[in-house]
Amino acid sequence: MVRLPYLTALTTLFSYGLLFAFGQMRDFFRKLLETDGSDFLRSVPVFAIQGYAPICLGLEDFYTRRLYLRIQDCFNRPIASAPDSWIDVVKRYSKDNNKTLHRTSETSHCINLGSYNYLGFAAADEYCTPHVIESLKKYSPSTCSARVDGGTTKLHAELEDLVARFVGKPAAILFGMGYATNSAIIPSLIGKGGLIISDSLNHNSIVNGARGSGATVRVFQHNSAAHLEEVLREQIAGGQPRTHRPWKKIIVIVEGIYSMEGELCKLPEIIAVCKKYKAYTYLDEAHSIGAIGKSGRGVCELLGVNTADVDIMMGTFTKSFGSCGGYIAASKEIIQHLKKICPAHFYATSMSPPAAQQVISAIKVILGEDGSSRGAKKLAQIRDNSNFFRSELHKMGFEVLGDNDSPVMPIMLYNPGKIPAFSRECLRRNVAVVTVAFPATPLLLARARICISAAHTREDLIKALEVISKVGDLVGIKYFPFEPQNAAPHNALKKLE
Amino acid sequence: MASGVLNRTAAALDWVSAAFDAPLARAVVFGIHIDGHLVVEMLLIVVILFQLSRKSYKPPKKPLTEKEVDDLCEEWVPEPLCPSITEEMQTEHPTLESAAAPHTVVDGKEVVNFASANYLGLIGHEKIVDSCISSLEKYGVGSCGPRGFYGTIDVHLDCESKISKFLGTPDSVLYSYGISTIFSVIPAFCKKGDIIVADEGVHWGVQNGLYLSRSTVVYFKHNDIKSLESTLEKLTRGNKRAEKVRRYIIIESVYQNSGQMAQLDDIVRLKEKYRFRLVLDESHSFGVLGNTGRGLAEHYGIPIEKIDIITAGMGNALATDGGFCTGSVRVVDHQRLSSSGYVFSASLPPYLASAAIAAVDYLEDNPSVLTTLKDNITLLHKGLSCVPGFEITSNPLSPIVFLKLKKSTGSQDRDLQLLQKIVNRVLHEDSVFLVTSKRSSLDKCRLPVGIRLFVSAGHSESDILKACGSLKRVTDLELA
Repeated sequence: MVRLPYLTALTTLFSYGLLFAFGQMRDFFRKLLETDGSDFLRSVPVFAIQGYAPICLGLEDFYTRRLYLRIQDCFNRPIASAPDSWIDVVKRYSKDNNKTLHRTSETSHCINLGSYNYLGFAAADEYCTPHVIESLKKYSPSTCSARVDGGTTKLHAELEDLVARFVGKPAAILFGMGYATNSAIIPSLIGKGGLIISDSLNHNSIVNGARGSGATVRVFQHNSAAHLEEVLREQIAGGQPRTHRPWKKIIVIVEGIYSMEGELCKLPEIIAVCKKYKAYTYLDEAHSIGAIGKSGRGVCELLGVNTADVDIMMGTFTKSFGSCGGYIAASKEIIQHLKKICPAHFYATSMSPPAAQQVISAIKVILGEDGSSRGAKKLAQIRDNSNFFRSELHKMGFEVLGDNDSPVMPIMLYNPGKIPAFSRECLRRNVAVVTVAFPATPLLLARARICISAAHTREDLIKALEVISKVGDLVGIKYFPFEPQNAAPHNALKKLE
Repeated sequence: MASGVLNRTAAALDWVSAAFDAPLARAVVFGIHIDGHLVVEMLLIVVILFQLSRKSYKPPKKPLTEKEVDDLCEEWVPEPLCPSITEEMQTEHPTLESAAAPHTVVDGKEVVNFASANYLGLIGHEKIVDSCISSLEKYGVGSCGPRGFYGTIDVHLDCESKISKFLGTPDSVLYSYGISTIFSVIPAFCKKGDIIVADEGVHWGVQNGLYLSRSTVVYFKHNDIKSLESTLEKLTRGNKRAEKVRRYIIIESVYQNSGQMAQLDDIVRLKEKYRFRLVLDESHSFGVLGNTGRGLAEHYGIPIEKIDIITAGMGNALATDGGFCTGSVRVVDHQRLSSSGYVFSASLPPYLASAAIAAVDYLEDNPSVLTTLKDNITLLHKGLSCVPGFEITSNPLSPIVFLKLKKSTGSQDRDLQLLQKIVNRVLHEDSVFLVTSKRSSLDKCRLPVGIRLFVSAGHSESDILKACGSLKRVTDLELA
């Protein structure tokens, strides 16, 4: 839950209003002054290429040109190294007021607070990398075939068994991309006449998958089991819209850690509600698997939920395991069904074998099956790092979202001007942070997001905290000066859902 | 006669009004003499006002009580998440024990592989593996983030410029998964209200993109120019609204579902005539068609700018993974902010981007590999042309050779079972690995199923002859 002070809301809205007004004015004068067939003019319907409607639409295009391009150097920063605890960020320059950016050969060595490298498997690893190279030589980078044809290697079979064992489900199925795992699996599980109840802050892949399934989609308030129950009761009693037939089935979709909020799912409460109303549960552990829990088994382990109570467990290998792809773990019957019907299993090139090997090796390290205790150390390290960093940020007076133990911590920025200011000033002091703005967040709730890794040492974190504190003062984002005695003045705050 | 009736009616009316007026005929209100019928009218008005003042009738609303909702929730029985498993559904797929090169090991046995779309024979190629290893050592395996958030590695940018330089387009954009390329690109450009004309034989990725776009989709007959033309004509003629919305034609260059090749010259002519934009999926023609492997446009000698958006998966000729989309700067830049598969997904593992760069380099240095591939395709075509009971539906230049049953058994499932039986026997008895065109039940494509052979430049003459001979032998036995 974000608490947005009135004054901040006002200044933020004013800033966006100003940007909008100036953008419109500049567009107006360009329309007056330019008459050649430049790209800009083609986006204006009157000047579109004869007979074609413009390919980019009005307001979206306006946002890109007049708001995004001004600060585009804060996004898509190329790096020239592995996304480890320190990265080499490639310097870029622009000759046309940020409209186009050009790479230089110079880099700056920065602390990486942006990548999802939770367990530090992103860089070359003493155990994983030799195995990966060996499997690369054996299997080469691709199978050029779908899983049902010639795309199943021994590594895929091994990884499916290992993942199932790791997350605590009878069987699993792999996909080559995390995003496609959600967007291709949901339509295979539910269709017309079904109901999907989705958390309001679910990831875009879930939203797209739900939309692609043809089922009706309802949303419940973020992480609120009470509202979920309300929606469930209303929907079961009311049935399908217009026909009022009972729903065929209901799937509730939640995430383990919400990547833009850093919040943990209130899984025990939600599972209890779902059980009571016979709804199926679908848990997306993209950010939580490997990163939290005593042995890295994700949000179920951390919150003490029996995995048998979660019908479908989805996760990705891009984050904690430092590879690519995603999985679904569920009962044997469901996996068999998915293998029989899921289009991504039928038509997509299978997961690259070396990437599969990377996951196998990483899970073995986490489980301690590599013969060392590195996995346990990594897990302890990420918990310590995250909790240390979060508490320090709190003490400095930043408004930090999220729960303890979560390695994702957003710092609220609000004002559009503070987005590039924070990002650029941090980069100048060799700290690479991620800033997120509309459309990934609501317009008023722009934020910087920090992802902590087990690869960070305490010195790295202290240095990063010093920089962030300094920049925080400079940019003015310490919204909640730390006062342990009296809590934030609630009456002056506006609640935002 | 008529006047008689009139007279009598008038007399009757007079009598009626006199009867009405009679009670108050002499009534005077405030000095004004009123006729009696006004009383009746006043009464009517009062009735009307009374009726108007009443609420319109609504059935009494009785919201469900908590108890009733409880009962309904108690009563509701959901369907199981998946249908129960039957015997025939449990098919295991062959497991590879070595790289999916033209010769591979399947379930412990060395076989000739026609199941991998490894058109240029790059699987296991030394240069590609070397470039992957050096990339792995420098960058690790995964990129640990989406492109926007430090997931852009310099090799991604190099790969993008390599591809656009190779094709002669201004810019290109990488995706991390072949199939998600097209289903992210379509919804990025096509929105509700736009018109899309698509081939009915497009593969599932395109179908999914069409569905997600929520545009108006009209299908034309598979690879049929006449049908396309009449569809375009119907959609645009006299339709003022059509001029204001964006219009697209979406086709594949070599159709995955049939091996047929799009007639690009005619399609470009039509698209310009009716002012549609063209989206072309080159997954099975990039690196295959044309004298230097630059795809369908090169094959037809059409300038690449005529095609507005080109997408391709890199899991075929380039023997890596992921996909790309290329076109004008505007088309590409728009995707970097609006294409969900690009914005919201972790980026392509850098070693796969390195492999793609090495593969394009290889193709540029060795165009002769395309001649070998073409020769192999021709040889396979010749060898398969006389397999009894089958006909080849694919184009003679397509690297997918598609065999269709001459006489279908009448149902797609039974056809597939028969084909699968043939393919299994070919694998077990003669060690040749072929695949049927399996379909997911979510796939809306209704083209006939068949056996698909993916030809590679790495196949030797004897491999191809072996495949033809084996298929002929088994088909003789099975279809007899």
